[in-house]
Parts: sequence; C-alpha cells; structure tokens
Amino acid sequence: MKPEENELRISAIREGTVIDHIPADSVFKVAHILSLAKHKEILSLATNLPSNVMGTKGVIKIAKKRLTKTEVNKIAVIAPHATINIIEDYKVKDKRKVAIPKEIAMVIRCSNPQCVTNSQPVNTIFEVTRKEPLKVRCRYCERSMDASEIELK
Amino acid sequence: MDFENRDILSINDFSKEEILYVLEVAKRFEKPNYDLLKNKILATLFFEPSTRTRLSFTAAMQQLGGQVLGFATPTVSSVKKGETIWDTVKMVEQYADAIVMRHKLEGAARLASEASQKPILNAGDGTNQHPTQTLLDLYTILKEKGTLDGLSVGMLGDLKYGRTVHSLATALSHFKTSLFFIAPDALKMPREQLDTLAEKGIPCKEVTDIMEVAKELDILYVTRIQQERFADPLEYEKYKGVYQLDKSLLEHIKKDLKIMHPLPRVDEIHPELDDTPHAIYFRQAGNGLIVRKALLALVLGKVK
Repeated sequence: MKPEENELRISAIREGTVIDHIPADSVFKVAHILSLAKHKEILSLATNLPSNVMGTKGVIKIAKKRLTKTEVNKIAVIAPHATINIIEDYKVKDKRKVAIPKEIAMVIRCSNPQCVTNSQPVNTIFEVTRKEPLKVRCRYCERSMDASEIELK
Repeated sequence: MDFENRDILSINDFSKEEILYVLEVAKRFEKPNYDLLKNKILATLFFEPSTRTRLSFTAAMQQLGGQVLGFATPTVSSVKKGETIWDTVKMVEQYADAIVMRHKLEGAARLASEASQKPILNAGDGTNQHPTQTLLDLYTILKEKGTLDGLSVGMLGDLKYGRTVHSLATALSHFKTSLFFIAPDALKMPREQLDTLAEKGIPCKEVTDIMEVAKELDILYVTRIQQERFADPLEYEKYKGVYQLDKSLLEHIKKDLKIMHPLPRVDEIHPELDDTPHAIYFRQAGNGLIVRKALLALVLGKVK
C-alpha cells in the first residue's frame, strides 16, 4: 500500500496539526496526554496503519490546534519518531520531527515512591542520560529510569 | 575554587578537583577555631532522627564559634501540621546562615536548596545521598593511607540498600581504585552502580566470602545490614549476622589493612578488633567533625 492511501483513511483537516509516525500502540497514550477527549473540533485517530519504516503506525489529526512546547516534549517521550505537521488551508505549512530535549520537565512521574516529587508540591525534572532507547535520571532522587519504567503524568 | 553559598547535596555534584579541594581544606580544621564562624547561625532540621550526624554538625559549628538552632525530631514542629518542605525551609532561612537537613524523602535536600537562598547541607535524604559522610570517608582514607589513588577497597555488608557504599564507590571512581564487593546474593551492589563503575574503567570484583579477597585489601569498609530497609522482618532475620568479623580475620589480611565503618555497628565487627591497629572507625567518626567544619567554613565563605 502506498503512503498516500493511508492519508485517505481519515479526512484531511483545513487548519491544525497532524501527528504522524506514532507507534501503533501509543496513539491512545498520545491522545490522553494531549487531553484530546476534551477537544471540541474535528479529531481523527487512526492506528495499525501500514508503514514502510515502522511496520505499523498511528496518526492523529487535530483540527484548529497548535501544540505547545510542553506537549511536543510529552509526545517525544512516548513517540520519539513522531513527526508534527502544521496544516494551513489543507497544506502542510511546516513539518518537523519531535526531539527528545536534554531535560524533560513536568511530563514524567518519578517511579521511586520515596522521591520527594511524589509527595511534595514540586514539578518533576528529568535529565536525559540516553536518547535511544530513552533513559532519564530524576533531578531530585537521582534514580535512573529506562523507557519501560517511564510513566507520564 | 569558590564554595561560598554552595549547596552540598550530592557527591555526584562534585568533580575530582572539588573533592580534593575540600579534603585539602579539611586538613586546616583538625583543631577548633572559636572565632571563624562567630555571629553565624546554623539551623539543623532533622526530619528523621540521627545521633552522629546531628551531634557532629552541632559540635563542628560550636568549634568554629557559631550558634546552632533546630529540631531533632519533626514531632514537635510545624511539619506535623502538614507544612511543606518548601515552606519550612523558606521560614528557617530567615533565621539562619546555613541549613543542615535530613529527611526520609529522596531529593528533599535538592528541593530545599531551590527554596533557600542560604546554603543547604544534605545530612541524608532517604537512601539517596549523604555527601558529608562520603567526604569524611575519603578524608579518612587519605589521612590513613596518604593517597586515594591505586588502593584496593573492599565494601562489605548491605551493598544493595546502603547509600554510603554507593556514594563512596562513585567518589572512588575518580581515583584509580580497585573495588571488591562482599555481600550475600540478595544484598549485592545494584546492577546500575556496577555498570557505571565499569564505564569508568574501575575494576570491580563481587564475592560472597570475605576470605576470597581479604589478602588484597588496603581498606575494608564494613556496613550494617539495615533492619529498617527490609519490608519483611523474616528477610532481615535471614541476613543479620551474615558477616561477623573477629580476630580470626587477622590471619588473612595485609598488615596495614584499615577497617572502616560508618557506625552504628550491630555485630558485624567484634569489639575485640577495636584495639587492633586495623580498626579506624572511631577515628573515622572523629574525622566527620573535621570535614563538616571545613564544609561549614567553605559554604559560609570563610575559606577562600
């Protein structure tokens, strides 16, 4: 199947954001962290689409929404190869890959129950010690977590 | 090197040069100096009980002519009323020039440092860090052996939960040390620690029987099996008393082996070893006073 055919499965949007190349099993996670259940404009989610690069992938199209930096950082944690397309007048105005930042603030919950961030009012900050596969270190309790232990807030 | 106003939170924040600088400065603090921190106030916030560390910091401040205020248990403080660490520290920094803090939550000291303009000295945050302990351990090794380079250091006991051995291993990885980890299988040094040491090219050997490596050691660092780290009391029963060093060890060691222990001990070192030239654990505790004096003087800007 050609890539264009994928795009036909869900309708195009006039203005907004298309998140492509999401791992097939992470589409709902991405929808969750972006609070898309509350989105009032056109929203399409597709998953298990064939992908040459990834085998299968998911796509989310969100009308009339631009992502904030924090939202992009969150996506990077669970979908490190995602691409973000900014759509204007049905055309891709801008296309970029998400990038894992050096530091991930607020997005991840520390898996250490004794960590101060789990019982005091303070935002989490993790230093990225390895990008692929992702490994992060809590600024506070100094514990390292790998991708399998990472839990989003 | 300027340490004025610097927080002492984690040994991981220290470069090799900074460690050596602190140890060098400490040599100047073997004796009291009752004028150096005159008119300075140290707050000691012990949200978790501690005898040694609290007394040692108090004595250190007093030997430098400073005043100490604070609490030894959180039961009487605003903490019981549900005040956040942030607020407690914000309040205390109005009264004191530096704050020493122990808390069971890991990362509490770093959080405190973000709340406070005054320097924070971490006196233990859960199983995470206790940097003044690590620095006094290094000072003790340096003083007894004349160097930190090229030594064979054994660590024995609870290497899984023991934060002192984790921090000491990290600190020693700056130097050309060979490390020997002696622990029962269930209390072995965590994988992540071993990986980090391997990345730094530090030779490490893991054994369960001290006799396998006793002859090679210059330093033997003994730790207590910590009852409070076991969720299941039966598990603790299984491991307590697994190592009990006594005079029979002496036939198997180098003449100048030094035995260290962060104290308190339970039964892992028999008192019959106390008056042998190998036992340096009480001197080690004394060095805590010296190193803490140096750190207080440094962060309060009295050593340049």
